[in-house]
Amino acid sequence: MDWFPLYNSIRIAAVSTVLVFFLGIFAAHWIAKAPRLVKGVLDVALTLPLVLPPTVVGWLLLLVLGPRRPLGAWFQAVFGLRLTMTWQSAIFAAVAVSFPLMYRTARGAFESFDQTLAQAGRTLGLSNFYIFWRVQMPVCRQGILAGTVLAFARALGEYGATSMLAGYTPGRTATVSTTVYQLWRTGQDALALRWVLVNLGISAVVLLAVNLLERKEGRSWP
Amino acid sequence: MALTARIEKRFGAFQLAVDLMAETGQPLALLGASGCGKSVTLKCIAGIERPDRGRIELDGRVLFDSEAGIDLPPQRRRVGFLFQSYALFPHMTVERNVAVCLGRMDKRRRRERTAELLALLHLEDQAALYPRQLSGGQRQRAALARILAAEPGVLLLDEPFSALDSFLKWQLEQELREVLERFPGPAVWVSHDRGEVYRNCSRVCVLEDGKSAPAASMAELMANPGTVAAARLSGCKNFAPVRPGPAPGLVEVPAWGLVLRAPWREGAAALGLRADRVRPEEAGAVNAFPCQVVRVTEDVSSVFAALRPEAASPGAPPLWMELAKDAWAALPDRERLWAAVRPEDLMLLK
Repeated sequence: MDWFPLYNSIRIAAVSTVLVFFLGIFAAHWIAKAPRLVKGVLDVALTLPLVLPPTVVGWLLLLVLGPRRPLGAWFQAVFGLRLTMTWQSAIFAAVAVSFPLMYRTARGAFESFDQTLAQAGRTLGLSNFYIFWRVQMPVCRQGILAGTVLAFARALGEYGATSMLAGYTPGRTATVSTTVYQLWRTGQDALALRWVLVNLGISAVVLLAVNLLERKEGRSWP
Repeated sequence: MALTARIEKRFGAFQLAVDLMAETGQPLALLGASGCGKSVTLKCIAGIERPDRGRIELDGRVLFDSEAGIDLPPQRRRVGFLFQSYALFPHMTVERNVAVCLGRMDKRRRRERTAELLALLHLEDQAALYPRQLSGGQRQRAALARILAAEPGVLLLDEPFSALDSFLKWQLEQELREVLERFPGPAVWVSHDRGEVYRNCSRVCVLEDGKSAPAASMAELMANPGTVAAARLSGCKNFAPVRPGPAPGLVEVPAWGLVLRAPWREGAAALGLRADRVRPEEAGAVNAFPCQVVRVTEDVSSVFAALRPEAASPGAPPLWMELAKDAWAALPDRERLWAAVRPEDLMLLK
């Protein structure tokens, strides 16, 4: 059995989770402070990929990144890089669909954060940077971690947008989910079953991790 | 060293207009009912809230000046703020809560200074505990240690005992006063409890509906509160509308049907009478009037009797009299009696 799809899925999910971690926290942090109207509009826009069919997200991404589209063409001309049909293309898809999960859980955690802790920190002379990373983040860490795990799981299972942006090239862009589809389409049921079991295993571990994190919530510090 | 603050800020229909000054060694109390703008005033001084207009100065350093466009961030104001909830960082031990606020210094010096501050506030044994494991009093001391670590130029205390059980208050008040006495800068103590203010602050500034009155000593406030709100905050229980009497040297209280001997004060609208200044008296004495006892309420060490002067109009508020328990028990008639107030105990208020 060729393990490339698992390796590829994990590296795509890992890179996109790192990106989504910072993007989601950044967005949650700034939108929490934004005026009501801006907050409402951005919140809808940023959560949209969660409810849109992944194929629609893929289509929208191709509209920007496709080889004959302005951004895609520019990258091609300046850096000689193709933004579609490579394993990195799948990162765009994974980021787009997993971002709302990170953003929403982080925002929920930040909204329940007691602002007097930040205010106290400021009067005590601590920098805003320190207060955010060393006070607010640790205090909100359960929610942030749960969001990260969910985003990772979503990125790992992404199929629709990925198949449109990165396609299915065995040994180059194949992921676990696109492989299962290809194997089923070509009638290789026994092999497909193996990948299905791998997928089930990974999903179970992720859900277990989320449950453990949520159970710990109530007793984070003694 | 002194803190001066002149602040104006509008929240919808609520207008805050505070003018106060606090000096080293004379803690200033900001006394007011809840919702009168006490906490917001402190937050403006600390830089957490931004006033619409005004000027805040600490030891000649301008912290905020709307005209000059100066608005220092909280980090550069050096203002020690004791929050009602204490706002200790829950994921850090007591020791770490203090150590992170020490600013730049080398490791050894940091350890020594932390130990010093913990010893000063009797927290040596709690150094390794998390805030959640501390009692209310220990939390307050940990918050104070942390504030002192940042070496503030002024202390702002926001209702320091609101989160504590009353039996803890007494001991903690003594400890907090010790800290205040040693603190080399001004302090502002926000409270709605006149006893707390009386025991711990030398000057008091009454805040009524967002407006501050000129600061006075606690004795001045008790003797001559000036307004009904200030009188109420100073513990006065009896109020009634008042007008000049039929002759000079007399004032008339129509609700209670009384004409009392006392100098008239220009612009007075209400009479305030402290319950403990209403005395039982012989019939015919100065300012004495016959009353029915309507209701009796026993307190811990005294008795409150609701009196109804016999000439009172229907619907008039009762006149409360406070007597020591034995004095009450010694009264010959506890249903009908003559009560009196000395002319100097009549407070004519605006």
